[in-house]
Amino acid sequence: MSKPEFVYVIYIETTPQKIWDALRDPEMTREFWGRHRNQSDWKVGSAWHHVNYDDANDIAVAGTVVESDPPRRLVLTWTQPGNTDEELISRVSFDIEEFMGSARLTITHSELTPQTLRDISAGWPAVLSSLKSLLETGASLPMTRRHWTRSK
Amino acid sequence: MNLDRFKPTTVYTIYIASTPEKVWQALTSAEFSRKYFFGNSVEVEQRVGGAFIVRTPDGARHISGEVFECEPPRRLTVTFNVNWPALIETLGPTLVTYEIEPAGNAVKLTMSESHDRPIEDDILAGGRQGWPAILSSLKSLLETGEPLVVQMGPPQKMLDALKRLGIETP
Repeated sequence: MSKPEFVYVIYIETTPQKIWDALRDPEMTREFWGRHRNQSDWKVGSAWHHVNYDDANDIAVAGTVVESDPPRRLVLTWTQPGNTDEELISRVSFDIEEFMGSARLTITHSELTPQTLRDISAGWPAVLSSLKSLLETGASLPMTRRHWTRSK
Repeated sequence: MNLDRFKPTTVYTIYIASTPEKVWQALTSAEFSRKYFFGNSVEVEQRVGGAFIVRTPDGARHISGEVFECEPPRRLTVTFNVNWPALIETLGPTLVTYEIEPAGNAVKLTMSESHDRPIEDDILAGGRQGWPAILSSLKSLLETGEPLVVQMGPPQKMLDALKRLGIETP
């Protein structure tokens, strides 16, 4: 049986480039992605970390950059920092397309375990709804401006 | 109709900087829906057993249904049956539930599309393509005053799958 996958599509009144930039800009991710930043040199094969904005030692998610085709496609692996168990490594693709003057962002989070499927299914809609609000109105959704309580 | 037999096949959640009352009004008013629902207008009699209708911009009935749950501004369940000949006979009714919950200063809107029998993915592709666009536009309308300009028709793989089942489409 193949492992579960989560797909989420959202349309944003903006350009692909602005979405691409927002995913990498710490001052923006702070606002829409639970007060975290995404750290990497974004070259294929390089490490990336999803890090507490206020504490560089507090890494929430780690992985490597699998594909990077600005501003259209970014693919990352996704796991707990320090994990080497292949079973617990999932994969996230961000596909960004222009669509009738707006932009369509598709997140495909695949190779999940049932537990990670539950966790990320709750997380992505909040983060991506907030990204849309930030790009369209200049203000993110307040609930995504603070750290989430992380289940250990 | 026994709602317990229906299983969700497509679930879409979006968070909106608004109030439950405004989200409810956007989902149930013809005037609002024309702006975000590809020009279609939603007409709902807000009581259990009431009619649920979606009309295309030319006034034709595109979707006919009935209200099964109506708890303003929290929960609305309707049958959402596209008026294509033989569609309901073959695929059974489509059920749509909107759940509206407060989430901090925002609102969490969850749309679930359910069916009472297995439906192939190519047919479900219609809803899976449409709902994100419709609800993204609804969010833009409530937050900025302007909907998105996106328009789309049913995906070709859905039309092909319906044709294979002998269901005629316009």
